[in-house]
Amino acid sequence: MGKHVLVIEDEPNIIEAISFILSRDGWQVDTHSNGGDAMDTVLSKRPDLVILDVMLPGRSGYDILTDLRNHHETAALPVLMLTARGQNKDRDMAERLGANRFMTKPFSNADVLDAVRDLVPQ
Amino acid sequence: MPQRQLTGTRIRERRLRAGLRQAELAGRVGISSSYLNLIEHNKRRIGGKVLIAIAQELDVEPAQLTEGAEAALIATLREARATHTGAGAETEQAEELAGRFPGWAEVLARSHRRVATLERTVETLTDRLTHDPHLAAALHEVLSTVTSIRSTAAILADTREIEPEWRDRFQRNMNEDAARLADRVQALVTFLDREGESTEAAAPQEELDTWLADLGWHLPALEADTPEAADALREQADALSSAPARAQARAWLDRYADEAAQLPGGALQRWCADNAPDPGKVARAFGVSLPVAMRRLASLPADGPTGALGMVSCDASGTLTFRKPVDGFTVPRFGSACPLWPLFSALSQPMVPLRTVVEQPGRDTVRYLCYAVALPQGEVEFGVPPVLEAHMLIVPRPPGAERDGPARAVGASCRICPRTDCGARREPSILADGF
Repeated sequence: MGKHVLVIEDEPNIIEAISFILSRDGWQVDTHSNGGDAMDTVLSKRPDLVILDVMLPGRSGYDILTDLRNHHETAALPVLMLTARGQNKDRDMAERLGANRFMTKPFSNADVLDAVRDLVPQ
Repeated sequence: MPQRQLTGTRIRERRLRAGLRQAELAGRVGISSSYLNLIEHNKRRIGGKVLIAIAQELDVEPAQLTEGAEAALIATLREARATHTGAGAETEQAEELAGRFPGWAEVLARSHRRVATLERTVETLTDRLTHDPHLAAALHEVLSTVTSIRSTAAILADTREIEPEWRDRFQRNMNEDAARLADRVQALVTFLDREGESTEAAAPQEELDTWLADLGWHLPALEADTPEAADALREQADALSSAPARAQARAWLDRYADEAAQLPGGALQRWCADNAPDPGKVARAFGVSLPVAMRRLASLPADGPTGALGMVSCDASGTLTFRKPVDGFTVPRFGSACPLWPLFSALSQPMVPLRTVVEQPGRDTVRYLCYAVALPQGEVEFGVPPVLEAHMLIVPRPPGAERDGPARAVGASCRICPRTDCGARREPSILADGF
């Protein structure tokens, strides 16, 4: 069984596409689409990596990232942030809050795979 | 160089334009060429008979030579110079430039005004693109859908062996996403088209005003005891797009209902059938405050005995907080209003009710009787300076109401006011060029 990725994203077809390419690459994938209880899901699923969208219903990806970094169990958990806003200030914000990687939509499948492999060596 | 000392420069300009030599003009008005030379170089003051004679020879009014028409032009040139301090333009040469080369100076001034207008537009649009939550949400949706299509298309193109059920599923997803993308782009274009009608950001107050204007400012649901209709109205208010506009609309409806209970619309209409809509008399007759009397009069239906009445209110900073326009009396949607409105005169005379006839420039000049008063907001406390709020009821006067005496000439706001001789003007009008 491969390592475990949790995709937190509210666009169902993006979830499906990312899940497919990661599964084909040997990753175990879980998904979650709401920001409000995303932290609970992370703590219960205990993934090796989180792919986290910034704009989520209920709670923003930045808030979730802050919680992750403030919790002792997830402080070092690798996080790949996804956003439709590619401005420098958004990238700076993600880096300041502790994101390991930042990708702007629309991204390619190959870029996502490369980033995941890079962040969590199999 | 003071403007009045440029008379000589203007004489020289006019003489050259008329094709006269210095000696020729000097001979015609009975002075020496050398004296005219000194005058033209602003080294001798000129007035009296010599000025009149020269003006006559040059076929202009003497005032055109002594006063010029370039005061506004010089002010704009100075503004332009202040904007480009590093360019090295000499401040003291602005008047000379306007006097000697009025055409070129006008070109420079118009360019400066045009640049200022365009800069304002760019600032507003940039602000909108950066901060407009609707635009940000719409763009996010478009980019998310594009991302989904790109990822799905790549899977279908790059995966050599894909199970039929997965292939069908991704094809269905792409089809759904393509339809969604079309809808979202269409919505975005519609949004931008609508917003493009104005470069100003829609403020909550503006959203509220638009909603009230659609309702006609008269709300029968709150006049009668019809809780269901009143609830429906509140639901409409809750559907306004921004939270501040929703809060303002709620507060507005609550105040309307409260004031309708104090002064019922039916009773007020019956009273107005026999009396002029004087808010002072209404306040006394019904035992309500002046602002309540004004707002109730302004809320009467346009097809009632008073016809449509307008009203504006402002806070102590002069910012309009209530705007109900009336036909012919323009109330600016953005920026500051005309400082000559009695509304603002009232702010400088708290508690003094003002009754003033005004007229705004327009195709058909109509007069309006304005009742204005400034009162403290809320309760007054000793030792605490009161915060004032001013109100003005605007009553259109019927044609032939000249018995009111002379009317105060007012505008809407400087930007769209064609009055050129107004001492209260704070910025040039966009109607100045050709209207």
